[in-house]
Amino acid sequence: MAQFAALTHKDHQRPVRYLVVDDSVFARKNLARMIEAFGGQVAGEAGDGRAAIDEYNRLKPDLVLMDITMPQMEGIEAVEQIVRQHPEARIVMVSSVGYQDNILSALQRGARHFVQKPVKPEVLYEILRYVLNDQIAAVAVESGDPGL
Amino acid sequence: MKMELLQPFINSADAVLAQTLQCATTVGDVSMEAEAYRRKGLAAIVQIRGELEGRIILDIEPRTAAKAASILTGSEVGETEDLVRETVCELANMLIGNAVTSLNDQGFHFKVAPPEVHAAEEGLGATVDTDALVMSFETPYGIAYLNLAIRKNQRRRSERAARLPM
Repeated sequence: MAQFAALTHKDHQRPVRYLVVDDSVFARKNLARMIEAFGGQVAGEAGDGRAAIDEYNRLKPDLVLMDITMPQMEGIEAVEQIVRQHPEARIVMVSSVGYQDNILSALQRGARHFVQKPVKPEVLYEILRYVLNDQIAAVAVESGDPGL
Repeated sequence: MKMELLQPFINSADAVLAQTLQCATTVGDVSMEAEAYRRKGLAAIVQIRGELEGRIILDIEPRTAAKAASILTGSEVGETEDLVRETVCELANMLIGNAVTSLNDQGFHFKVAPPEVHAAEEGLGATVDTDALVMSFETPYGIAYLNLAIRKNQRRRSERAARLPM
C-alpha cells in the first residue's frame, strides 16, 4: 500500500479513532488495515447497525465507517439513530451498492460522505481528510501515492 | 439473456478481480449451460428479485481466494481458513453491488439478497426459461468463474404498465 501522511487529532495530538461497521469480518480487516496506514486507530468494530449504535455510545469515535446492507439493522437506519442522538457524528458510508437513491438516502439521514467498494486507499484517505477537516492537524506531507 | 443485462456484471467482475488481486485479468472460456451447476472451487451465490430476477454465482479456486484475502488483509491467509470463504462472499458482494449500481442507473429496480456460500457439489440449474452464461476470468493466481442466469421479469413490467393511468 502507498505511504500516507498520518491523520492525527489536532486538539489531543492522538491518532484519529474509528469505529468500523460491516457484517463481513474480511471487509472490516481490510478497512482496519487502511486506517492503520493512515495513522489512525480502530477503536471498535460492529457487525450490524444495532451494535454500531451501542458501540458509538460507548466509544464516541471521531469517525465511523458504515456499511449499508447488514443483518439486524441496516447502515442507513443506524446513521439516522446515531445522528439523532449525536448531531456532531461523522459517518462515512462504505458500500458496494452506489446508486443515487442509496447515496441520497444516507446523506439525508446525516452521513457525511460515501465511498464505493472495492475501496481504494487513496480515495478513502482523501474522503477522510475532507470529512475530518477541522478535527485533524494539518497534514504536513502530501500522500506519496503516485496514483493520486 | 440480453447482453445489456450481462455486461455490467462482466465489467464489474473484471474490475473487482483486477483491483483486489492487483493484477490484470483476461476473459477465458464463455459458454451457455442449461444443466445444473457444478462448482469448481469456493462459490458464493446471490439471488436477485424484482424487475430483474435470477441468480449469480461467483466461483473461485481456493488459492485465488486465499491470495485475494492475503492482499486485502495484509497478512498471509491459508486456503482452508474461514476468512477465505468469507472473501469469496465479499468479492461477490462487491462485484454484484457495482453491477447493480450500473443497472439501477439504467432504470432497473430489484432487490439483491446477501451472498450465501454455495457448498453443494451440484444443483442450481439455470432458471426455467433462461440458460446460464458461464465465463471464466484468468488471473496469475488462478481462475474465477462467473455464472449468470438473469432475465427481465415480464409479469412485473406488464402489471406496472396496466396500472398506469390512460
